[in-house]
Amino acid sequence: MSETPSRYGGFFTESPRSGILGWVTSTDHKRIGLLYLGCIVTMFIVGAVLGLALRLQLFEPGTGIMEAQTYNATFTVHGVIMIFLFIIPSIPAAFGNLLLPIQIGARDVSFPRVNLLSWYCYIAGAILAVTAIFSGGGPPDTGWTFYVPFSTQTTTNVNLAVSAAFMLGFSSILTGINFVTTIHRLRCKGMGWGKLPLFVWTLYATAWIQVLATPMIGITLALIFVERIFGAGLFDVAKGGDPILFQHLFWIYSHPAVYIMILPGMGVISEIIPVFARKPLFGYWAMALSSLAIAFAGSLVWAHHMYASGMSDMAIMIFSFLTFIVAIPSAIKIFNWVSTLYKGSIQLAPPMLYALSFIFLFAIGGLGGLALGAAAADIHLHDTTFVVGHFHYTMFGGTGFAFFAALHYWLPKFFARMYNHKIATLAWALIFVGFNVTYMAMQAVGIQGMPRRYYDYLPQFGPLNMVATIGSWILAVGLIIMFVNLWRGIRYGTPVGKNPWGGATLEWEVPSPPPMENFGAEDPVVTRGPYDFKGVIADEP
Amino acid sequence: MSHEHRDDTGARFGMWIFLYTEVILFSGLFILYAVSLSKFPEQYSIASHKLNIYFGGANTLVLLTSSLTMAMAITAIQRGRKKQTLILCCSTIGLALLFLVNKFFEWSAEIGHGIYPGSEELAAMGPGVTNFFNLYYFTAGLHGIHVIIGATLIGVVTVLVSKGRVNSEQYTLLENSALYWHLVDLVWIFLFPLYYLIL
Repeated sequence: MSETPSRYGGFFTESPRSGILGWVTSTDHKRIGLLYLGCIVTMFIVGAVLGLALRLQLFEPGTGIMEAQTYNATFTVHGVIMIFLFIIPSIPAAFGNLLLPIQIGARDVSFPRVNLLSWYCYIAGAILAVTAIFSGGGPPDTGWTFYVPFSTQTTTNVNLAVSAAFMLGFSSILTGINFVTTIHRLRCKGMGWGKLPLFVWTLYATAWIQVLATPMIGITLALIFVERIFGAGLFDVAKGGDPILFQHLFWIYSHPAVYIMILPGMGVISEIIPVFARKPLFGYWAMALSSLAIAFAGSLVWAHHMYASGMSDMAIMIFSFLTFIVAIPSAIKIFNWVSTLYKGSIQLAPPMLYALSFIFLFAIGGLGGLALGAAAADIHLHDTTFVVGHFHYTMFGGTGFAFFAALHYWLPKFFARMYNHKIATLAWALIFVGFNVTYMAMQAVGIQGMPRRYYDYLPQFGPLNMVATIGSWILAVGLIIMFVNLWRGIRYGTPVGKNPWGGATLEWEVPSPPPMENFGAEDPVVTRGPYDFKGVIADEP
Repeated sequence: MSHEHRDDTGARFGMWIFLYTEVILFSGLFILYAVSLSKFPEQYSIASHKLNIYFGGANTLVLLTSSLTMAMAITAIQRGRKKQTLILCCSTIGLALLFLVNKFFEWSAEIGHGIYPGSEELAAMGPGVTNFFNLYYFTAGLHGIHVIIGATLIGVVTVLVSKGRVNSEQYTLLENSALYWHLVDLVWIFLFPLYYLIL
């Protein structure tokens, strides 16, 4: 390596303004990405602590560490924080901002100032959410779904919570608009649609869902708000409204939103697997188009959350069928990742461990989704902890693991320092084991009939709940080790060069950390594909 | 910094995507309208006749005219006629204010008749009528907020035109504000017949 990474500061030192102002007024996509990353990791830790408290309460039957009302508030706030403040912005807003412009050979996103505005909307949403916990009639206790009529009648602080979600939706829309425009307009010379890294393709599909679905949650939450303030009653049967309509409007956004959450994760995995298998991604176009197919089909399945809400049998059959359709592009992705591994030269570095466990966990979550998508099985499983387990398999085992994979894969790029691989592997093993113990036990006890959102339960559910809680401790230890190791890595780790993994996408060709505007005086010209590893050699460790 | 980045097509592209999000925002309310109309067709008709078509009709004319002045403002700035652009932008803002004043009187009259969300008189008229007016107030109110946002946006652009920052060479901001304004107009073009005319 010609430059010494410990001296070279890249975008950390090259800024028109210095100090904290240089960050909170910066329109540089990498700085905004890191701002997001910091906030998102903080929110994840807060949400995780609440989740641990929930598991602790369920350790054994009877009143444990909290009362029923506290329990309701805790799972609501856990959900709101994890959904709106962690998973939805996690990969797109943090790693999307960090990487999208570099990967397509651009100097920034199309609307850098709008990008900064989106971060401020996120912060405003976060402040509103935190205020909602500590003010008014107490923390919201509706569950993150805000179902009417309870959400319009409870005296807890739902108003602020829905305003927070509204604000975060605005932030998400702005990011989406920015990404779609950037991908259309700012690809560098030679970066045709067929040369886009898969991460960019998934961000593209995600951004369209963000743009097209998020306004629906905006209007729905606004209706809750006016209902509570003015008694507008559009979801109140006595005033001619319809509570089922709330569920429709809510899920028209919130189901596509799970694809906002998972698609960028799939993109991360599609980046990591070829690099650590030293093989081009199998079925590039199938992977690219299946992302769009998931985004499209995923927008038509919302009512599978409502089989038990009183829809017509016909509607249930249609939505059940459409739900099964989504499994096809998802399976295409899984098979293509596995085919990429076939006869590859597999290197089990920490990012690859997370990526492989993503495939495993997401497959379990996805198959559980089919069990829930089938109307007959769903009537039995509806509102049990099986649903909670399934959701965590897809969102935590899926997006969460992809997020950790992205942290391990790209942080050495942006900080030019490598964490300790042995500790990272240990942390991964603890997280993987703890995760499976926790959520598999949760799914099993759900099949036995344990309802979700209950703070107490019958004695026969005792053993499995205890197992799940013990699993959550293993998981927590693993997470602590992982975060500490990453933190030590970016602070004191061994300096690394610009391409520690041997990746072929553009971000590995720029210095670490990348400079302001990413590329020197000359715009890059792309001549080969994102997974064409011929001649690409990883830096010596 | 070193590279002055300018992409007018990109800016318009982004604006169009933003307009999609606005359409979807309102579409949620149109879904509610459609469902409720099929549930209470007769009560919706009764409720609709309680609205004053002259207020609604006048406001339709006002908004259509304001869209015209806005479109003319773009032509004016393309030809480099700064003063004309300023006059046309100000007329648009004036018409927006006229719309809001008109709306104020219309709503005052209706509230005077006891028709407002949460009123007992309204509740006595039956669930269909209540639902119609609740939806009407919310939809028209949300549209009114958009009128305010749009007028503010045009106000900002007008200042930039007068300072010369928006000119015949660089007028994407004016174009985008005009696009937004046309959307505000368009939403009303759907609201007006649905609430005042067809029932």
